[in-house]
Amino acid sequence: MRTEIKIGGFGGQGVILSGYIIGRAASIYDNKFATMIQAFGPEARGSATSSQIIVSPEAIAYPYITSPEIMIVMSQEAYTKFTPELASGGTLITEEELVSTHNLRKDVKHYSIPATRIAEELGKRMVLNIVMMGFTTAVTKLVSVDAMRKAVLASVPKGTEELNTNAFNRGYEYGVKLLEGKIETKELVEA
Amino acid sequence: MKADPKGVLTGAHFIDGDHACCEGAIAAGCRFVAGYPITPSTEVVERIAERFPLIGGIFIQMEDEIASSIAIQGAVWGGKKAMTVTSGPGFSLMMEHIGYAAMTETPCVFVDVQRAGPSTGLPTQPAQGDMMQARWGSHGDYSIIALSPNSPQECFDLTIKAFNLAERYRVPVMFMMDECVGHMTERVIIPPADQINVFERDFYKGPKEEFLPYHTNGKLIPPMVKAGDGYNIHVTGLTHDERGYPNITVATQEKLIPRLINKIKMNADTIADYREDQVEGADIVVVTYGITSRTAIPAIEQARKEGLKVGHLRLIVVWPFPEKLIREIASEASAFVVPELNQGQIVYEVERCAAGKVPVELVPHVGGTVHNPKDIYNAIMKMKG
Repeated sequence: MRTEIKIGGFGGQGVILSGYIIGRAASIYDNKFATMIQAFGPEARGSATSSQIIVSPEAIAYPYITSPEIMIVMSQEAYTKFTPELASGGTLITEEELVSTHNLRKDVKHYSIPATRIAEELGKRMVLNIVMMGFTTAVTKLVSVDAMRKAVLASVPKGTEELNTNAFNRGYEYGVKLLEGKIETKELVEA
Repeated sequence: MKADPKGVLTGAHFIDGDHACCEGAIAAGCRFVAGYPITPSTEVVERIAERFPLIGGIFIQMEDEIASSIAIQGAVWGGKKAMTVTSGPGFSLMMEHIGYAAMTETPCVFVDVQRAGPSTGLPTQPAQGDMMQARWGSHGDYSIIALSPNSPQECFDLTIKAFNLAERYRVPVMFMMDECVGHMTERVIIPPADQINVFERDFYKGPKEEFLPYHTNGKLIPPMVKAGDGYNIHVTGLTHDERGYPNITVATQEKLIPRLINKIKMNADTIADYREDQVEGADIVVVTYGITSRTAIPAIEQARKEGLKVGHLRLIVVWPFPEKLIREIASEASAFVVPELNQGQIVYEVERCAAGKVPVELVPHVGGTVHNPKDIYNAIMKMKG
């Protein structure tokens, strides 16, 4: 079964790198097929950015996503713009403190994580996308955790391996606890 | 010959088509690239600029595409394998020098990562609008070879093939990517260097005093020499004789031009590369190339599920066009469907070879994105009769 994933955020958050990590994990370390297409606005930073990834046990013919089953959202603009595309019954993953989930669709599963706060605790806000990747791995089981760990290490700059591994593990553990019911998904709704 | 292991990044990679094209060029032995970066081909030269200093290659960011497309030809006559990289607007500017490469029989590769046009059009979005330009864009009569990859893996594999064909036939080869394939990231397996076949240039080995740069010895393709090796050579875009000197006569033109065309035409069966999927016994044959060969698959599968006999012919080498093959299919099948990310280009070739025997249905697209497979499916259903 082909699974379509869309990651949305603003430029500089590591949206493209996140897509890269999922695709690399699936196609190189998990022996599946993966196709990633990136879309970005003309500005280098701060514009609405998305990356689209398809993961499949079979070769992928049509390279674009049409109705993503998994959506990872790291900015308000991306939430507003992209969530209507999410397939019914799909999984929505949001950054808890950056995205206010007003008018949250009733037909999707929603998981959120304060990834920015966790990243800040680790000393680098930049690794929020890696925290999101760990969390996504736990809640979706899209690709194996081993493959994701290897893909993170293969995708991040030299010298940052430990920081990124910690970020991934923190996100993953948060996801596992959330699924065990030890943490509740907070709905941040603007007044 | 096998590839030079220096520079071959053996292993599994998750890279886009542009980067894979760069790696294919390196594996093929390309050590000179001149270009004027343009979206969506920029990543090819970006990677070249990073990789070449490590392997003894030379990359020059030129002042424009006209200069780029002639700089590579200088490098080739200096003994290098060379390519230039561009997209539609730059490809248009290179046309004169494509004719020059054809006329002087300078083996080189022109990479065109196609975007939607005309003019500057949609810089970041795909099209297949340069397919006829690749064949006919320069003035006068000549022949070229054009390849059309549909994945990053093929951007690697077929770039090597493009260099090998250029060297074997002493012809400019057009590598017709598109934005979708160029910016699509997938797994690319780069084999060990000793499993990569590289065609080495045929250098003249006879006595210096007997050397004539365009003497073919009864064959279609003359050997080359390197500038600086002490041979008397003269390279010109004017009609030239075996010495390479301008000879502005009908007799020389009559000897030269048919050979430039025949060296491709008479080897068309050897150069041909295509994939057939259930074409034999099919009623409707979908003819595709490049990214369209992938977007057509869901449509073909859907039609087959409904009991239709649909074949898929995918052209990897688009030029020279596989005339004989299309003529054969036209006498067996009942219709052709040709989806293209343009308003109709290769469809005219299919029509020409089908010669009125069977109907040919174009599925046009203005570019900017790829076909919705549904449009291709509808065209198949329309032709089922």
